[in-house]
Amino acid sequence: MELTGAEILVRFLHDEGVDHLFGYPGGAVLHIYDALYKQDKVKHILVRHEQAATHAADGYARSTGKPGVVLVTSGPGATNAVTGIATAYMDSIPMVVITGQVPTALIGNDAFQEVDTVGITRPCAKHNFLVKDVKDLALTLKKAFYIATTGRPGPVVVDIPKDVTGACTDYVFPRKVTMRSYNPVVKGHSGQIKKAVNMMLAAKRPIFYTGGGIILADAVKPMTELAHLLGFPVTNTSMGLGGFPATDRQFLGMLGMHGTVEANMAISHCDLLIAIGARFDDRVTGKIEKFAPRAKIIHVDIDPASISKNVTVDVPIVGDVNSVLKTMLDQLKVSERKPDGEVQAKWWQQIEEWRARDCLKYSTEGQLIKPQHVIDTLYKVTKGDAFVTSDVGQHQMWAAQFYKFDKPRRWINSGGLGTMGFGLPAAMGVQFAHPKATVVTIVGDGGVQMNIQELATCMQYGLPIKLICLNNGFLGMVRQWQEFFYEERYSQVHVEAQPDFVKLAEAYGHVGMRIDKPEDVEGALKAAFKMKDRFVFMNFITDPGENVYPMVPAGAGLDEMILI
Amino acid sequence: MRHIISILMENEAGALSRVAGLFSARGYNIESLSVAPTEDPSLSRLTLVTRGSEPIIEQITKQLNKLIDVVKLLDLTEGPHVERELMLIKVKAASGSQREEVKRLVDIFRGHIIDVTDKSYTIELTGDVCKLDAFIATLKGDDILETVRSGITGIARGDKALHI
Repeated sequence: MELTGAEILVRFLHDEGVDHLFGYPGGAVLHIYDALYKQDKVKHILVRHEQAATHAADGYARSTGKPGVVLVTSGPGATNAVTGIATAYMDSIPMVVITGQVPTALIGNDAFQEVDTVGITRPCAKHNFLVKDVKDLALTLKKAFYIATTGRPGPVVVDIPKDVTGACTDYVFPRKVTMRSYNPVVKGHSGQIKKAVNMMLAAKRPIFYTGGGIILADAVKPMTELAHLLGFPVTNTSMGLGGFPATDRQFLGMLGMHGTVEANMAISHCDLLIAIGARFDDRVTGKIEKFAPRAKIIHVDIDPASISKNVTVDVPIVGDVNSVLKTMLDQLKVSERKPDGEVQAKWWQQIEEWRARDCLKYSTEGQLIKPQHVIDTLYKVTKGDAFVTSDVGQHQMWAAQFYKFDKPRRWINSGGLGTMGFGLPAAMGVQFAHPKATVVTIVGDGGVQMNIQELATCMQYGLPIKLICLNNGFLGMVRQWQEFFYEERYSQVHVEAQPDFVKLAEAYGHVGMRIDKPEDVEGALKAAFKMKDRFVFMNFITDPGENVYPMVPAGAGLDEMILI
Repeated sequence: MRHIISILMENEAGALSRVAGLFSARGYNIESLSVAPTEDPSLSRLTLVTRGSEPIIEQITKQLNKLIDVVKLLDLTEGPHVERELMLIKVKAASGSQREEVKRLVDIFRGHIIDVTDKSYTIELTGDVCKLDAFIATLKGDDILETVRSGITGIARGDKALHI
């Protein structure tokens, strides 16, 4: 039976196992929205801005491992989605973004709501397609999902002109797709793995440095097993939090610009750095020449281009980290050798000295709420079992430092692109994927206003998200840099006029709370989490002078931290 | 170091701009670039000349390989290879002595005169970059009316073939 392109698209999404579609209608996608109207299998979530659609799909993807799917119209619909596409691309999040396009006959004519979507998204997506013939539609969609979810995952854009969604052809669901130009590596080189294992057994001061790759590859189990088997310390990047239980004694916390003393010092003094699913980002390494200067480096990553890009690596292993870690475990289990217990004990003794510095300690005195205290209390009240999304800035770093993630896919933030306005819509995606779970978004008073319109989406779908706004009246992270490095010239960081967030929340039909005394923090959080079916906007008025410590200034080495 | 990177890629709309975009986005330079379909019309062969340190060239080849449309890639400069560039050059050839001199030079450089008017010759010349540069240098600057160069294309010596 012949179907229209729009019907094929919707049927395909269902056949591909897509249950949620985050989108916003418009002229070029009218056929598709009509096809959506006539079915009830794929649930469409109507957001209030296309950027939010992409972040919601992103949150859905990060919390489930399944690709997030977005539908937007041509022109401004597509350009509004670009920030979300770039966000997902930087963090390797599987996503398929379907954009409407003007009819093929009008392409290039500066038609109404026309932009060169394929041209605009080319550098910020893993791949993109323009479908010019309805006969190619189903296979192109299959390719898009295949590319988005395999290898190093990422967003794929499929641009579909309006006439293609109106034209008819036969539909058969393409079960498999092979591409001669795209064959991601899975298995690591066994010789290299053996070399790595031998280096691990011989190391005197080893450390695991793991990133988002552990989470993307669902490799937490083999990673944890490997770390326990060897007894080595583990540090995570921001993207990698939850990739190793944060409450485990072997965990040193996050490394990098706002990493812990123990993690950054261990990196600076290690003789073997085992990097797994991490990419030596500049926020992690600090001054590159001073990063792990005494160490041999093993780097496991699925993307060969990530290896020896910033730091020259001694043992590169290209492969799926899950598969590589399992091979390492297999080799270790049959090996006669064990790490030298005495040498390791000495290394741990040194690490414990660094840890004893207690670098995340903060003052609890005074009349003002300390933002760290809010996160600490949130951790206790939610028993460490919430999904936590964030925006970007000081609150993000405090959340990463003080909420101890024992499970993967619980910490959801825009690590690479650093997108403000990410937290609230990402939390929506998480809540749709996990309707019964506790979902929290930690935001600042700056970022939350970048997608504040999504409070309406939360009301429409009854999403019981708890929003923690750490309100210091400043664009805090920029203010912190201006304090440290620009002689306190606070240029354009004071957000002087703010809405009454309580009234704003209420205007959208939600519960709003304002908390300005330290002694009220715990009670307020408990009260909010008791409202299981309500969205609660918690406006915490926090100490505006508080900074994120430790801090490695830009251009400094990891052992040159500013401490409180 | 100068490298000649030869790429076999899907002959799809936009494939070329993915390569060009990659170079501009990551700050790599392209000295020349030539592209055309192969005997298999679904594939294009693209040859580009770039310069960079070893780590940069390694990143370039890795990033190119990452492009979904790239099927195979070879750094020709890693082994023995032949490189050629085609030049079409229009020169003044008005007086008898000028016409004689240009004709002689074309013969020495093993080129061909492919179009003639009473005021000019159009010459076709193939060779590596040095040879084409040398030919231009032998002509008086004022005599050159127009120069068109294809950019380098190349192939590995021996039985090795970049093929799928």
